Amino acid sequence: MDLHEAQARLMASLEDLSHAFQKIPGSEILIRYIQSSYQNDPVRSAIELVLVIFFIRYLLSPSYATHGPNYVKLREDEIDELVKDWEPEPLVPAQTPLEKAEAESQPIIVGPTGPKTKLSNGKTVTNLASYNFYNFNANEQVKEKAIQTLQTFGVGPCGPPQFYGTQDVHMKTEADIATYLGTESCIVYAQAFSTVSSVIPAFCKRGDIIIADKMVNYSIRKGLEASRSNIVWFNHNDMEDLERQMQKVVQQQAKKKLTRRFVVAEGLYELTGDSVNLPKLVELKSKYKFRICLDETWSFGVLGRTGRGLTEAQNVDASQIDMITGSLAGPLCAGGGFCCANKDVVEHQRINAASYTFSAALPAMLAVTASETLNMLQSNPELLTQLRENIKAMRAQLDPRSDWVICTSIPENPIMVIVLKPEVVQARGLTPDDQERILQDCVEETLNNGVMITKLKSLPARQSSGAPLDGSWYIQPALKVCVTSGLSKKEIEKAGVTIRHAITKVMTRKTNRQSSVNP
Amino acid sequence: MPRRISIPFTSNNMPQTEKIGERRPSTSKGNRLAQFFSGTPRKEQASAQQTLQAMQPSITAPSLALPSISLSTATAGEVNPEEPTTTLFEPPSSEEVQIKRRADAQFGPHHRRAPYYFVLTTYISYLLLILLGHIRDFFGKRFSKKPMYQQLKASNGYAPLTDDFDSFYTRRLKLRIDDCFARTSTGVPGRYISLMDRVSHDFNASYTYTGTTTETLNLSSYNYLGFAQSEGPCADAVEDCVRKYGLSFCGPRADAGTSDLAVEVEKEIAAFVGKPAAMVFSMGFVTNASSFPALVSKGCLIISDELNHASIRIGARLSGAVIRSFKHNDMADLEKRLREAIAQGQPRTHRPWKKILVAIEGLYSMEGTMCDLPGVLKLKETYKFYLFIDEAHSVGALGPNGRGVCDYFGVDPAKVDILMGTLTKSFGANGGYVAADPHIIAKLRSTNAATQLGESPAPSVLMQISASLKIITGELAPGQGEERLQRIAFNSRYLRLGLKRLGFIVYGHDDSPIIPVPLYNPGKMSAFSHEMLKRKISVVIVGYPATPLISSRVRFCISSAHNKDDMDRVLAACQEVGDILQLKFSTGVAGGQKLPAGITPENEEQWRKENGLENVFEPPRWPLEEVIAVGAADCKGTLR
Repeated sequence: MDLHEAQARLMASLEDLSHAFQKIPGSEILIRYIQSSYQNDPVRSAIELVLVIFFIRYLLSPSYATHGPNYVKLREDEIDELVKDWEPEPLVPAQTPLEKAEAESQPIIVGPTGPKTKLSNGKTVTNLASYNFYNFNANEQVKEKAIQTLQTFGVGPCGPPQFYGTQDVHMKTEADIATYLGTESCIVYAQAFSTVSSVIPAFCKRGDIIIADKMVNYSIRKGLEASRSNIVWFNHNDMEDLERQMQKVVQQQAKKKLTRRFVVAEGLYELTGDSVNLPKLVELKSKYKFRICLDETWSFGVLGRTGRGLTEAQNVDASQIDMITGSLAGPLCAGGGFCCANKDVVEHQRINAASYTFSAALPAMLAVTASETLNMLQSNPELLTQLRENIKAMRAQLDPRSDWVICTSIPENPIMVIVLKPEVVQARGLTPDDQERILQDCVEETLNNGVMITKLKSLPARQSSGAPLDGSWYIQPALKVCVTSGLSKKEIEKAGVTIRHAITKVMTRKTNRQSSVNP
Repeated sequence: MPRRISIPFTSNNMPQTEKIGERRPSTSKGNRLAQFFSGTPRKEQASAQQTLQAMQPSITAPSLALPSISLSTATAGEVNPEEPTTTLFEPPSSEEVQIKRRADAQFGPHHRRAPYYFVLTTYISYLLLILLGHIRDFFGKRFSKKPMYQQLKASNGYAPLTDDFDSFYTRRLKLRIDDCFARTSTGVPGRYISLMDRVSHDFNASYTYTGTTTETLNLSSYNYLGFAQSEGPCADAVEDCVRKYGLSFCGPRADAGTSDLAVEVEKEIAAFVGKPAAMVFSMGFVTNASSFPALVSKGCLIISDELNHASIRIGARLSGAVIRSFKHNDMADLEKRLREAIAQGQPRTHRPWKKILVAIEGLYSMEGTMCDLPGVLKLKETYKFYLFIDEAHSVGALGPNGRGVCDYFGVDPAKVDILMGTLTKSFGANGGYVAADPHIIAKLRSTNAATQLGESPAPSVLMQISASLKIITGELAPGQGEERLQRIAFNSRYLRLGLKRLGFIVYGHDDSPIIPVPLYNPGKMSAFSHEMLKRKISVVIVGYPATPLISSRVRFCISSAHNKDDMDRVLAACQEVGDILQLKFSTGVAGGQKLPAGITPENEEQWRKENGLENVFEPPRWPLEEVIAVGAADCKGTLR
């Protein structure tokens, strides 16, 4: 009979089960416990059972709320309707007129970049827009060395540094940079732009405090954002304000658990061209127990007697700075970035800095080029003197003589950041967008006269976090004139005159006056 | 359907196969627990050495001296130029795509079925390591005077610089196996890679280089199409380029870094991936990290595959958009998320999302799985989201023409909004690209910070891209590109099938050139790496943070620079190492079981039904010589 069979099977399986249960060590005790507790107090057993069930349910439920408190329950057909009705915005908005103008006037160079560069429209122009300060790009010795490397290493290292992407040339470049700067250790990244954005979040985490200059560049801003730390801003290059902010932080944190504190500054500010007062910064740092992250992207290879950067220029021992980041892509004509620090800081980055761990290593050719140009810079300090002569010549043509613009860069900076004078901005009531447009006109006018300069690309930095919405301070649009030692003093002076005249022409143009009246 | 390959790889068998055949086959058949303890490592070791010695003759002389791809090794004198070359896979028909999708959906459950015993011991291992680490830290911080511990404490008013789990992991877990990572190499990372020998006298805290190098078979570099070469048409083009252009454009694209070379390369890339416009970047990581902020912002939603690369995650985080993730390759889950997102709108305000961007990868570098592109595109029609595909690993490596996942699945690239990829892997260069419609690229050029501020790619890198692209399309050195594509397809399938049959669990898609094999136990990571290094094969072992802590694995990266001999050498080594380290976890569920004569993968299902074997699986443990003997023929059909 079916029923009998089923019963028999059930009994058999139950027996099996109890056998199996008895085999489990401790099952005797459990049974005895349940039996005794049930006999003595069935209510207690029931409560315990409920508790056990609750516990199991608690363990199995997700540890976070699956829906927010204002989750709206909808029927499937309602959702279908919503899906049908939903129209997304276009993936990208249309280009703004300024963007369009910039893109259209974007010069395309043909052949190598150099002090005199050929453009796709057939003209040869004086190039004051590249970071080719020492014209290493045209150096035959460097090229030969790179080709030799090509013949032994190929081009790409085909892997991230942690997975066989590290080559002996990378280690040599790291050692070269560390010796040059005088730090214990160094790590080379594959791109300069992303170096500092990775270094900061490798050390600064949620709950840490970072005090940063209001004028730090875009890469640093992104690093600050990615770190999720608490950011405090201090007025640009205002050491008193920095001290006030530091004091405030120390007071606020006095009762709390000790957190990491950092102060972030640049050797040469990309957005303004001036440099931080490093001795004062070091003094404040040790007084208030902060760590310094100094971005030398624009000062490495530029400042100091042999180009070691801000530490050499202001006589500060590089080992006093907790981390120095820099670029090999600018004046060194190679590629990649680096971070110099003590050994522990560097080793920590090798696995925790995103753009090092998750990116392919620097091509061997570029690493060798960096070593080579670094060596040339070190052994020929006259290169730097020559460049400074040219900077002086250019400054003389622009800064004191123009009614419209001033240069905010320090005298040693080959990147001359040129902004409209505050009185001009005020008199005409120019918004940042107006200024961008005027400066774009200046760039185009200068190019028409055979000199290529460029505008400071401050838009990304301005749009990212930091600046208040009320406009109490903002990043001022600027022109960028990059001086090179590849031109003679006379050529520099001539180019300076061209630039000055172009600015004057644009500023005295009628349309600009009108546009400033009716923005 | 008839899949064939014109190159008779089989004609060139490994000379030492017989020798290996003499080796004691794996006979332990007891339960796994018993197996675990009954291993006789010493004996195995001895036999391993024998095999290694047996192998030596085959890797001497010309093949060793040539670290770059030697396209003639596998096919010496047997290439018939008249014969039309065909690639191993053809664009699948829509029917096949359906089958593929069903199969894809089953990847997870099939392959993840790791023996509980090993999962348990893995947890115990990590528990032990973490416990031990914390005990050492606890006492070290209090009593030790070593500088390492000083770093961990607040001292002199400074909070410790690194005190989170990352730091703990680096010091206490990674340091133990640190010698398997970042092995310094020299020369071209081609078919062989020369590693600089190093020893550590202080438990991996520092290394002393002995000054010698070891040449190893390279299964570690992302050199899919074998373009890591220091000679040949690519290298010549790059050399000329350096002489002409110098080494750098000394500035960002938006300043004065836009050159005719860059414009040309962008056009070539766009044509290659089948999009109207493209832009190049000097770093692949940054391509993602800077593109997301330029595409989406507050009020937008990014739905990202849970296994997406860190660069996508960082880019998404920096964009300010809301980020949600869906289960890896799970279309049902993606649909659920999409429905919920559109129905609920933005959190709190319930306003509709401005736009939804779904971010997936073409080929997942740690899993070896491909995205379910047809499935995603089907959802795209209904839910109107934008699609971003990261083809970092798939471009060049996949598809009959090497043009990535769209090519592989036979999908019109126009259906995908943004195709992003890197140039590091298949092209032997550096950097990344984004390809899309012209108006998108134009806008991205104006808003992408990496174009505005980051350095432009070096001339040498641009030329390498251009030359390798021309080789793939056949413009330069005709025939070579096709052969490279065939070779990577053959090598990937052959090794995958071989490993499966030997008894390894193999993750991922059949055609994927990335072959991850799970190791589970942390101790086996270094052991595997060392055993392979002993056999002069360099492999990548992957653990946290690239994978979840628990599922450490070894990853074989297949290249066109390899030939069948190389693959056989890897199989022989894996056979031995797999026995020594007990890595043959496969239960046969995911295939690999030996079928009786006359049964082919096509009629297997029927055979199972007839004999009532639907859920009966035999663990595949083929002997090596058989794997090698029939592998080349079998890998052209359906892999199982």
